[in-house]
Amino acid sequence: MSPTEISAFLANFTVFTLAILCGFAVISKVPATLHTPLMSGANSIHGIVLVGSMFIAVNATDPLSQLLSLVAVAFATMNVVGGYVVTDRMLQMFKRKPVAAPKADKTEA
Amino acid sequence: MIDINALDPLVRLAWLVGAVAFVLGLIRMNSPATARNGNLVSAGGMAVAIVATAVYLLLRPNDSTGNNLLIGWLIIVVGIAIGGGLGLYSARTVKMTAMPQLVSLFNAMGGGAAALIAIDGYLRISAAPGLQENVATVLDIVIGSITFTGSLIASGKLMGRIPGKPIQVPGGQLVTAALAIVVVVGAIFLWLGNYSLVLMFLILAASLTFGVTMTLPIGGADMPVVISLLNSFTGTAVAMAGFVLENPVLIIAGALVGASGAILTKLMADAMNRSVINIMIGGFGGGDSVAGAVGAEGASVRELGVDDAAIQLAYAQHVIVVPGYGLAVAQAQHAVRELAELLEERGVDVKYAIHPVAGRMPGHMNVLLAEANVPYPQLKEMDDINPEFERADVALVVGANDVTNPAARRTGTPVSGMPILDVDRAKSIVVIKRSMGKGYAGIDNELYTNPKTGMLFADAKEGLASLVAAVKAL
Repeated sequence: MSPTEISAFLANFTVFTLAILCGFAVISKVPATLHTPLMSGANSIHGIVLVGSMFIAVNATDPLSQLLSLVAVAFATMNVVGGYVVTDRMLQMFKRKPVAAPKADKTEA
Repeated sequence: MIDINALDPLVRLAWLVGAVAFVLGLIRMNSPATARNGNLVSAGGMAVAIVATAVYLLLRPNDSTGNNLLIGWLIIVVGIAIGGGLGLYSARTVKMTAMPQLVSLFNAMGGGAAALIAIDGYLRISAAPGLQENVATVLDIVIGSITFTGSLIASGKLMGRIPGKPIQVPGGQLVTAALAIVVVVGAIFLWLGNYSLVLMFLILAASLTFGVTMTLPIGGADMPVVISLLNSFTGTAVAMAGFVLENPVLIIAGALVGASGAILTKLMADAMNRSVINIMIGGFGGGDSVAGAVGAEGASVRELGVDDAAIQLAYAQHVIVVPGYGLAVAQAQHAVRELAELLEERGVDVKYAIHPVAGRMPGHMNVLLAEANVPYPQLKEMDDINPEFERADVALVVGANDVTNPAARRTGTPVSGMPILDVDRAKSIVVIKRSMGKGYAGIDNELYTNPKTGMLFADAKEGLASLVAAVKAL
């Protein structure tokens, strides 16, 4: 590996390492109640792989590559769209406050 | 791979916006009040990153022929239409109780896409790439494939398509170990600078199979931990895809998810007093440690009729409901809320004690009860509710087992050290349960033989419905 390649790798690796530390710091503060929505939310975030799939799709020249990239784009989109929608549905349920409830839940102590 | 031109800085800026939004979104998911907004922030960042990439690819000077770009665009549009349609449809129609398996399915999709990026990359070259790309490509293929098949199996188990019980693969551990050796040796051979398409496919096949053999022997109750672990794997695979494509936003987002999934996995495993390694080895059901449990075998169980249970509940002042896995499986969250409302009308103070791993995932029970319109302030986490059990007239346990077993306070039992709800400290206890079947830990629950405990043998939903009818009749 040439020094330039090593530097380029280290630039990527720096970002990678800091992002991991950032992930640890952010996540450790989430209360248990929100763990399932959080897992689902994190699950949607790795749908960013769609960006990579789009790159390989436009570069695909042979039929095999085209097929692989089509599947990759479809998979990644399902991850993104489904992930965010289902997370929103989960979190919608936490949103409800006694005041905001349109149909009041009878009497509460 | 990505060529530098005038648009490059702009798309990179958009990726930065996306990455920042992911971090801020996760921070806002810390509190129930801002969580939904946090998810929207994250989704917004995702939209910016994707749209910017699309515009960039569309406007980018055509490096080869125009045809390629057109076909590429067709692939993107068709792929997004198919994936987006399926994702939207399944996410909007799924029942909340079935949500963990859907998350697992989406996770499989992400892992599959990440693996495909590396496979495609490897097919396009004819000699070993530079070390960074080489290492990242192989890791992406391995991790992405494991998470793809592993998540599909996990999802299948939760859906009931595949039996939830631990399935022993013939030659079980040996096959898994052999596959692991193939993957590791193959990977090292490639990293030493060799190029072999055949070996790449061998590693791919071994990884895909490894995902299956790794997940099959794990019991359904452990699936949340497995899904969380695989979620972390997918993040890592996506980060590796980022190294392959030298794309910073993939690296950042992938690493974020990799870290978050790892933390979450550990928290879930800790709450069950299991180590992640233990779960992955899948040897819990072996049962040799059960010998250490002080047997409650001979002790008798007091069976309780519906009417008696209804009277206990209706004339209590403080009732604590302890919902568990059985309630989630029976989808009895609406029934329990109905009973609680009925009791409240009679002036009974009702609270819910939520164990960190109640349901199928941490927080899953909160989601289910919130869906059934249970007021959020009534849901109490374990540390808050435990001191209150002493004052509770009745603790109503619905489909929860191991998390209430007082044996956890002693040493030498399979559940020792596991944080439990102090249900046995309530003045009286009503347990709704289908049978005397054992919980996941495979041991008897000493709570059931406690003289204060009455057992109401019924399915969670039917049991609650009959209690509702009985309380109304009082």
